[in-house]
Amino acid sequence: MEVDITHYLVLSGILFSIGLFGALSKHNAVGILMCIEIMLNAANIAVVAFSRFLVEDTVVLTGHVFALFVIVVAAAEAAVGLAIVITLYRNRETVDVEKVDSMKG
Amino acid sequence: MIPDYAVWLIIFLPVLAFLINGLIMRPLAKEKNAKYSGYITILSIAGSLGLALWAVYSVADEGAKEFSHVISTHWLGVGDNLNIEISILLDKLSATMALVVGVCSLMIQIYGQGYMKGDTGYMRYYTWMPLFTAAMLGVALSGNLIFTFVCWELVGLSSYLLIGFWYHKPSAAAAAKKAFVVTRFADLGFVMALVGIYFGMNGTELVQKEGINVFDIANLPDIAHQAITMGLISTTGFTWILLGIFAGAAGKSGQFPLHVWLPDAMEGPTPVSALIHSSTMVCAGVYLVARLFPMFAMHEYGETAALVVAGLGGFTAIFSASMGMVMYDIKRVLAYSTLSQLGYMMLGLGAVAYGAAHTSDHHEAEHLMELAFAIGMFHLFTHAFFKSMLFLASGSLQHSTGTFDIRLMGGVRKYMPWTFWIFIIGSLSLSGIWPLAGFWSKDGILLESWAHTPWFFWLAMITVFMTAFYMFRAIFMTFFGEWRGGDPSGLHHGDEHDDHGHQEVHPHESPFVMVAPMVVLCVLAIGSGWAFLGPIDANAFLGGHSHAFFSVFTEFSLDEAKHSLPLIGLIVALFGVFVAYAIYGAQWVSNEAIGRAFKPIRTLWYRKYYMDELYEDVIIRGVLMKGIFWLCAAFDTYVVDGIVNGTAGLASEVGGLFRKVQTGQLQEYGIAMGFGVVVMLAAVLIGFYG
Repeated sequence: MEVDITHYLVLSGILFSIGLFGALSKHNAVGILMCIEIMLNAANIAVVAFSRFLVEDTVVLTGHVFALFVIVVAAAEAAVGLAIVITLYRNRETVDVEKVDSMKG
Repeated sequence: MIPDYAVWLIIFLPVLAFLINGLIMRPLAKEKNAKYSGYITILSIAGSLGLALWAVYSVADEGAKEFSHVISTHWLGVGDNLNIEISILLDKLSATMALVVGVCSLMIQIYGQGYMKGDTGYMRYYTWMPLFTAAMLGVALSGNLIFTFVCWELVGLSSYLLIGFWYHKPSAAAAAKKAFVVTRFADLGFVMALVGIYFGMNGTELVQKEGINVFDIANLPDIAHQAITMGLISTTGFTWILLGIFAGAAGKSGQFPLHVWLPDAMEGPTPVSALIHSSTMVCAGVYLVARLFPMFAMHEYGETAALVVAGLGGFTAIFSASMGMVMYDIKRVLAYSTLSQLGYMMLGLGAVAYGAAHTSDHHEAEHLMELAFAIGMFHLFTHAFFKSMLFLASGSLQHSTGTFDIRLMGGVRKYMPWTFWIFIIGSLSLSGIWPLAGFWSKDGILLESWAHTPWFFWLAMITVFMTAFYMFRAIFMTFFGEWRGGDPSGLHHGDEHDDHGHQEVHPHESPFVMVAPMVVLCVLAIGSGWAFLGPIDANAFLGGHSHAFFSVFTEFSLDEAKHSLPLIGLIVALFGVFVAYAIYGAQWVSNEAIGRAFKPIRTLWYRKYYMDELYEDVIIRGVLMKGIFWLCAAFDTYVVDGIVNGTAGLASEVGGLFRKVQTGQLQEYGIAMGFGVVVMLAAVLIGFYG
C-alpha cells in the first residue's frame, strides 16, 4: 500500500478533531493550551502533505517553510499562554476556565 | 464760520482726555499725582466748550433759523445697499445742546475737584467723566441715526459705570444694573425703529437715486414722507417707527413707565447725578424727539405718535411730582423733580407736534415747526442749568452734613449761606417764578399745551403747584428751623474737617472750588431765559417766548390765554410756595396731621406707587420667573434633556439585552466560533458548488 495524501489528511483530520474536542471540553487551562498545540500540528501535517503531493515530480518547499513558521509562532504562543495561566493562578488560585468568568455580562 | 475739524474736536477732545486718563494716568500715575487727571479732564472739556461756543456763534452768524451744515464721513458699508456714515449735523438745535453739555460738564468737573477730593477712585472718576461728555456731545452733534445710536449706548454705558462708581456698596451696584437693564430694554424700541427705517425707507427715490443716506437726520423727514406717499410704508408702520424711537427716548428720559431707574441712580456721586441724571443724559431722550421733531409733526401721519408723546409726558410730569412731595432724601426729591420736568419737555414737544400734525393750515404748521424748538428745547436749556446747580447744592449739603436726609438737617441757612441762596434761586427758577429762567421756559409749555392738547394742560398746571410745593418743603426742612445733627457716619473721609474723631457734625460752607461752579450756574439759572450774550439772545436765538420782560404784568388780560396764563402759572407756583411755608415753615398746620389724614395716599406716594414692587415682584418674579422662565426651564428639562437622556437610555436598554450573550465561558465562545466557521464554510461551499 502506498502512502499518499489521503492518509496524511486523515491523520491530520483525526489529530485536529482530538485537539478541538480537548480545547472545547477540558477545564484545565494548561490542557487547553496543549490541545491547541495539537491542532496547530495537525494543520502543519496537512500543509506539508499538500506541499509534497499536490504538484507532481517537483520539490516545492512552500508548505515546509510555512510549517516552520507555525512551529515558531506556536512556541511563542505557548510561552505567552503559559505566562497568562500562571498569572491567572496567582490571582485566582485556579486554572479552571469555567470558574474564570469575569467577562460575564 | 467754524472749520469742520474744530467741530470734530468738540467731540474728540474729551475722548483724548479719556484715553490719557484711562490708558496712561490710571495704570502709571502715583496717588499723589492723581490731581493731574482732573486737570486734564477740565482742560479738555473747557476746550470743547470753547469750540462749542464758537459753533453757536457761527450758527448765529449764518442765520440761526435755516442754517444747517452737514459734515459726514464714510464709516462702513454692508452689502451694496447699506452705507453707514459718521456725520455731524450742525444747526441751532445741536449747537445749543452741545453748549448745554459743555457748560454743565465743565462746571461739574470743577466742582468734582472739591467733592471727589481724597476719594480712592479719583482717577477712575476723571476717566469716565470725559468719556460720558464725549458721548453726550456725540449724541448732540450727530447727523446720522446710527452714529446717534452708538453715542447713545456709550452714554448709557458711562452712566452705568458712574452710577456704580462706589461699586462696593451693594445698593449702588444694584442701581447701576437696574439703570442699565431698564434703558437697554427701552433701546430695543430704538433699534427696531432703526430696522424699520432701513427696511421701510431704503427704497425711496431720495435714497436710491440721489444717494442720500437713509439714516441721515436732516433728510429723514423728507425720506419718510416720500416712503409714505410711494406706499413703501403704511401710516401705521410709520407710527410704530416713531413710537419705537420714543420708547428709546422715554427710557433715557425716564418717562412713565420706564422711570424706575432714575431715582435709584442717585446712588452715584452727586456730581454724576448733577451731570448725567439731571441736565444732560436724561435730556437725550427729549433731544432725540426734538431732533426728529418734523417726523412727529408730519401732517396726518405723526398725529398718533405726537399725542402719545404729549400724553405720557404730561402724565409723567404729575406722576413723578406726586412722589417728590413725600420723599425725605433731598436728592430723590430732585430726581423726581427731574423726571417731572422731563415730562414737561415731552409734553411741550408732543403738544406742538400734535398741533402741527393736526392743523390743516399750512402756515400755522410752519410756524409751529419753528416754535417746537422754543418749547421743549428751551425748557431743556434752562432746566439743565438750574437743576444741575440744585444737585450740586445738595451735594454741598451732604459734603458738610454727611447726609441727604432732610429730617436730619434743618437750620443750615446760618452755616452755609452760599449754598442756601443758590438753592433758593434754583428752586425759584424750577418753580417758575418770574423773572428767573424757569418761568420763561415753563410758560411756553403751558401755553402750547393749552392751545393744542388742553386735556393734558391741566396735568401740567397742577404740576406747577406741586413743583413749587415740594421744592420749598425741602428748603424749609433743610435750611430753616433747628439744626438736627446730620449724620457723622456719612462724612467724607480725607476731608479737612475739624471734627476728626468727634461724633458731632459741624456744618460749614463748602470750599471755593465747589461754590464757584454753583455761582456760575446760578447766573445762568437766573438769566438763561431772557438775557443775551452778544448775538446769542436766548429769546431770538432759541425762538423763545413771545413776551417782553414786564409784559407778563402789564398786558394781563383774561380774554386771551397768551396774556393770562403766564400770570396764572406764577400765582399757582406762589401758592405752592405758600402752602409749603404754611406746613413746614410757619407750621400753622401740623405736618403729621396732614400725613395722618391722607395716610393711604401718602403711603402710596412714599412707596412710589409700588412700581418697583410691580416690576420686581409681579412682572419679574411672577410673570417672568414663574411663567415664561418656568416654561423655558420645563422645556429644557423635559424636552431637550428628555431627548438626550432618552437616546442614551435606549442604547443602554438594548445593550443590557445583548450583554446576556456574554457568558464569560471561554469554551462556549470557542463552540460559537467553531459553529460560525462551519456555517461560513457551508455558505461558501454551497455558493461554490450549488
